[in-house]
Amino acid sequence: MKLLVCVSKTPETTTKIQLTSDGTEIDTTGVQYIMNPYDEWYALVRALELKEAAGGTVTILNVGPADNDPVIRKGLAIGADDAVRIDVTEEKDSLFTARQIAEFARGKDFDLILFGKETISYNGSEVGAMVAEFLDLPYVGDAIGLEVEGTQATVTRDIEGGDEVIEVQTPIALSAAKGMAEQRIPNMRGIMMAKRKPLEVVQAVDFPDTTRVASYQKPAEKGSVKLIEPDNMDELVRLLHEEAKVI
Amino acid sequence: MVLVYAEATNGEFKKVAHEVIVYGKQTADVLGTECHALVLGDAPGAEGLGKYGAAKVHRISSPHLEGFDAAVYTVAITEAAKQLGATVIVVPHNSTGKNITGRLAARLEAGSVAGANAVPMMKDGYFTVTKPVFSGKAFADVQVLTDVKVISLAGNSIPVTEAGGDAPVVELSVEPPAPKTKVINHQVATGRTPLPEAELVVSGGRGLKGPENWAVIEDLADALGATTACSRPVADSDWRPHHEHVGQTGVAIRPNLYIAAGISGAIQHLAGVNNSKTIVVINKDPDAPFFKAADYGVVGDLFDVLPRLTEAVKKYKGQ
Repeated sequence: MKLLVCVSKTPETTTKIQLTSDGTEIDTTGVQYIMNPYDEWYALVRALELKEAAGGTVTILNVGPADNDPVIRKGLAIGADDAVRIDVTEEKDSLFTARQIAEFARGKDFDLILFGKETISYNGSEVGAMVAEFLDLPYVGDAIGLEVEGTQATVTRDIEGGDEVIEVQTPIALSAAKGMAEQRIPNMRGIMMAKRKPLEVVQAVDFPDTTRVASYQKPAEKGSVKLIEPDNMDELVRLLHEEAKVI
Repeated sequence: MVLVYAEATNGEFKKVAHEVIVYGKQTADVLGTECHALVLGDAPGAEGLGKYGAAKVHRISSPHLEGFDAAVYTVAITEAAKQLGATVIVVPHNSTGKNITGRLAARLEAGSVAGANAVPMMKDGYFTVTKPVFSGKAFADVQVLTDVKVISLAGNSIPVTEAGGDAPVVELSVEPPAPKTKVINHQVATGRTPLPEAELVVSGGRGLKGPENWAVIEDLADALGATTACSRPVADSDWRPHHEHVGQTGVAIRPNLYIAAGISGAIQHLAGVNNSKTIVVINKDPDAPFFKAADYGVVGDLFDVLPRLTEAVKKYKGQ
């Protein structure tokens, strides 16, 4: 089985987001970066499990600058066979990123193209669906289960208040959510081997910008908390009804 | 024209459909145009979508639309948009929307904003849409640069109001292709409102000490008619199912009321809930960081406080 796992670099989960003084950019001073958790914990690990069970190769793909290489190497340390970085130095939108992935994957006969369900930076959940459309592949978003027997894939996806099981013939694209796999911590041997695994850098294709972030804002600060005595819950209910007007 | 995909949930038009139409109507008002709704497959009551702002309802009927397939729905919506000359397409940012927003944008080579939480505005000459980013730690004003635009609307972002009357329903001639996916099982739990749509949420953390103690959360949720949720450590310990996990790596929610008991308020948790309208924090530790993000706080043992709050809610509801 030939598997492609598309990964993003995101700020570490405890990052406090600060803006530049004019609010047009995120202030990246001191920000630590990681592989997007959904990409690493669920998409990559499930791909590795499938490869371990049925044989094949797992390739990691990232669209971004050379600064992303340590994040890509971590994926190789966890167990991917090789990696590709499509060299893009500027911040680009989802459609641009998807176009790069689609042009790279086209004609390479990947059985599965996996994504995390969203990045924890832009929270769009779009790139996987876009790649699927560009390549005319079936797509299942928010997948929490994936089994593959030959060319038959059985995918379970999260829906509001439940789940849905889908049968589809590979090749397919899908995005992985919590429940798909368990996080793996790379061991020393993996980290050493990762240094020798191939990381190919390829040129981006031209594609116009379709969106642009003009500015950012921080959420409004909460006023100070109103404390209510634990033996006066009638007062809390009154406040929720009369002041907050939420019940 | 603004074309809104009105999704029927289990054969009925509910809040998800009403929200996107209200949003589509307000978007149409900004652009000085009309809002039309698109219905895929048969569902009763499509004319009633006019009450929320649809001037007309277009319906595509096809056996290929019976089970959900992202590629098939994408063809249906894009063909409708082309026939009708729509310049803005609005879909919900729910499990359906997350499967199709990207496909619609790619098929139309259109700029898209996924998970918008505000009505578009014309700003500095650009069509600009605001959406939460970094799991709610910031908002981005996104300019859409293409003639056709795709927006998915985050749930609970816009109040639903009824204004007009029924709208005419017209059949649209589009033949979507046969799906390549086959839905073999579809399970939806009845009872509580699904978390992303819930207006009232009661959530428990490690302070509950174990899954056997969850009755205090369930009882309060039952009294309020709320949905239950939990923090990441609770889901990771399998005290509660994964789909209840709210936070940066779980579900991001924006209910009217979020009650957190025994949750300290790590930044990853706050990211997923800080857009809630009102936050109540119950914790025995007065220094829990969550109190800084709360509107109302109760410093006390949750095993005392929650049953008292449940009784107070029942008393209020009984009035």
